Amino acid sequence: MTIQLDRRAFLRVTAVSGAMVLTMPRGAIAAIDGAAADIGLHIRLTPDNRLTIRTATTEIGQGTNTSIPMLIVEELDFPFDRTSVQNMVPPIRRTAEGRIESQVFAGGAGGSTAIAASYDAARQTGAIARNLLMQEAAARWSVPIGELTTADGFVVHVASKRRLAYGALAGGAAGRPVPTGPLPLKPRSEHKLIGTSQKQKEARAIVTGERLFGIDQTMPGMLHAVMLRAPVLDASIAKVDDSAARAVPGVRHVIRLPAIAPDSGFRNRPLAEGVAVVADSRWAALKGREALIVEWAGGATAENSDERIAAAWADLVAGKGHRVSQTGDVDAAFSAAAKVVEARYDAPMVAHAPMEPQNTLAHVTAEGATVITPTQQPVGVAGTVADVLGIPIEKVKVVTVRCGGGFGRRLYTDMVAEAALIAKAVGVPVKLVWTRECDMATDLYRPGGAHRFRAAIDAGGTLTGWDHGIASQSRRYRSAPDQGIASLATSEVAIHDHPGALVPNRRYDYVPIDSAAPRGAWRAPGHNINGWTMQAFLDEVAEAAGQDPLAFRLAMLGEARDLPYETHGGPIFSTGRMAAVLRLAAAKGDWGKPLPKGSGRGIAGHFSFGSYVAHVVQVTMKPGGAFSVDRVTSGIDCGIVVNPNGVAMQNEGAINDALSTALGQAITIRGGQVEQSNFADYPMMRIDRAATLVETHIVPSDAPPRGMGEPSLPPFTAALTNAIHAASGKRIRSLPIGEQLA
Amino acid sequence: MAIRLTVNGKQQSYGGDPDMPLLWFLRDELDLIGTKFGCGIASCGACTVHVAGEARRSCSTPMSELDGAKVTTIEGMAKGDRLHPVQQAWIDEDVAQCGYCQTGQIMAVADLLARNPNPSDDEIDQSLNNLCRCGSYARLRKGVHRAAALMKGAKA
Ligand code: FES
Ligand code: FES
Repeated sequence: MTIQLDRRAFLRVTAVSGAMVLTMPRGAIAAIDGAAADIGLHIRLTPDNRLTIRTATTEIGQGTNTSIPMLIVEELDFPFDRTSVQNMVPPIRRTAEGRIESQVFAGGAGGSTAIAASYDAARQTGAIARNLLMQEAAARWSVPIGELTTADGFVVHVASKRRLAYGALAGGAAGRPVPTGPLPLKPRSEHKLIGTSQKQKEARAIVTGERLFGIDQTMPGMLHAVMLRAPVLDASIAKVDDSAARAVPGVRHVIRLPAIAPDSGFRNRPLAEGVAVVADSRWAALKGREALIVEWAGGATAENSDERIAAAWADLVAGKGHRVSQTGDVDAAFSAAAKVVEARYDAPMVAHAPMEPQNTLAHVTAEGATVITPTQQPVGVAGTVADVLGIPIEKVKVVTVRCGGGFGRRLYTDMVAEAALIAKAVGVPVKLVWTRECDMATDLYRPGGAHRFRAAIDAGGTLTGWDHGIASQSRRYRSAPDQGIASLATSEVAIHDHPGALVPNRRYDYVPIDSAAPRGAWRAPGHNINGWTMQAFLDEVAEAAGQDPLAFRLAMLGEARDLPYETHGGPIFSTGRMAAVLRLAAAKGDWGKPLPKGSGRGIAGHFSFGSYVAHVVQVTMKPGGAFSVDRVTSGIDCGIVVNPNGVAMQNEGAINDALSTALGQAITIRGGQVEQSNFADYPMMRIDRAATLVETHIVPSDAPPRGMGEPSLPPFTAALTNAIHAASGKRIRSLPIGEQLA
Repeated sequence: MAIRLTVNGKQQSYGGDPDMPLLWFLRDELDLIGTKFGCGIASCGACTVHVAGEARRSCSTPMSELDGAKVTTIEGMAKGDRLHPVQQAWIDEDVAQCGYCQTGQIMAVADLLARNPNPSDDEIDQSLNNLCRCGSYARLRKGVHRAAALMKGAKA
């Protein structure tokens, strides 16, 4: 691993009332693992020996407000309990090439990248701060810096038994020369904090109900806004009668918002035409919205999702799909096969439905715009506001806040565009908060799909041919510049993933399902469905081959070797690391040990975002088609682990997210309308169905650290449906599970 | 006629639309933003508060029902710096992920423990129905048991 410090963009250190403030800007550390590290950090050490860290990454429940400070503090050698975390207001600019970027960081959260991108840069930041403090102490004591050490927030001169708290040195340290090259970092064996379990930094603020989230923010003189949009996708407004709405006490404005086509950058959800009601209070705004009379026109009224899926499926079966890739001689493998296994797997579209509904507080004046918003994409927020208001990016101030869940929804900035337009129209601060119904009907849904699998097994029980056809509502619909079928296929097919990629003769076909519903990234995009279908079908193949599901998987993975993996999460896929997590989960989960009738175990493993995860799930069937998830044992290899407690939390959360989704969630469209509107018809799992015995087992590793926000999710659904088969003999090939087991 | 109620021990009065849910009175008029909005239909529990000591979904409790009522929100749970045992248990077990649902969860659990100081897992399943989109249920269950133990310790 190499680090280069780019002196042109080097960090700034300043003294502010006796405190040392150190800012590591974007681009200061480049060429980590060959890629630019896109993070920025800001630390403040005050005379009372307290450290405040502002990080680039927005906290959405993935734990980075704890794990990134751990990296800094490890090298700074400071007490972690005197360290707190805050959000950063990023200065954003347009580069000479016209690209919008943050001067301090790219920020946000997505793709399970935060830890990988921060690992070296954050530790280097801590090391530089420590060096400046040691320089200051050396000068004060007139001793060579080489005679100094540090201990938990103090610089120590052992020979003269002197020590000084960092806080006392901070102001002077800020004036010392910044090291001109990368500093040596501690070897792994000397880590005191990295690799230890730390609790979430903001736990106390959360349990006392502090003002942490976007929806909690206020500004003096603020008004409240709600939106009314067409029930039918892509419909427009024919007529608005707002007289009754305006008569509601407290209603100040009724504003018609234009349809805005999506752009291919930050705001790739189209904004349908809509009406905003702005009032003194949220209640008045809601009452005003109820009193609105709007006639809608046009839209995708002919769309029924089941018919669209059936039509695409027919094309797929008829061989009309786009051939995405073909390797080896697939037809020959199938003609020579001793056995051919075929199955269809179906998954619906699903909504993000984060617990905190979409919201943005915006204030637009002649001087510029301020937006406070819970976002996974702060730079995109600035770009969107500049874009829809037609103002320079430098006039947009973005304040990020903790997000009440993200799951991908907050990568998109459509709610920000709306809030900015409303705020511009009314001239005072406005907080737009979507109702749950609005949130559910105005999402970028996870694509669903119908997957057609065929597998050829030779006489020796080896998988020799793999034929995977997918019909789906592509995630790239209306967002990728190229809307051709080959482009739409790229977010959907799993050509890089095992097991398919391990089969010598394989091919992948694709048919887009036509839909007006916007689609977007949802926790572990692409992997979330492919991880299920591939690993569930693989169980059927193992069964047909007469082999144990674990043994069959291990035989396929074969000897430990690195294979190319040429997409996000790559550049390599290690069969050995995948086999190791499968073995670990199996050993801890009592794989192969007998269970009473009605109980069963399933196993599955999947690689995504650079991390390897396998689960063994144990279920027991209950009368009436219910079942309990009695136990989940997980084997995880995500490289170097920064916060094992954080890994366990993400594992537990992703498992329950996958379970909740599999049990009952589906977004369907009838007459162009999303049929679900709130948790009454879009059921989210409650504690009674949850997996509450989850054991997270981590493979010790010195490989570069990788994220864990997403990778536990994809293999869970497969291990679950495989377990249901083991317990009941029934294959779940269509999600959600719903009443299928009754 | 004004509706008079106490919120976290303080007298408050409200003279607006009696249909307005308590949730918006708390959040928008009293700036008690620890009580969250999640669904507005009494489904998710993010808005859970105590009315006369019992857990209620504030999004579906109109102000008209609250004349003379005693309301407690998450902001009223700690005694000075001393957290309520359920809050403390939530920190001890590190329950929260995004944290958005957790104030409502804590209010629901405090109510459960007041009625049943030592609930079994089955009783927890039957009594708690607040949603957590982040899936913190494994730790949430541990948090309930931990809070039960803390409360017993406090009494002894
Ligand atoms: S907001 Fe009240 S139950 Fe969901
Ligand atoms: S912690 Fe995020 S919804 Fe419960």
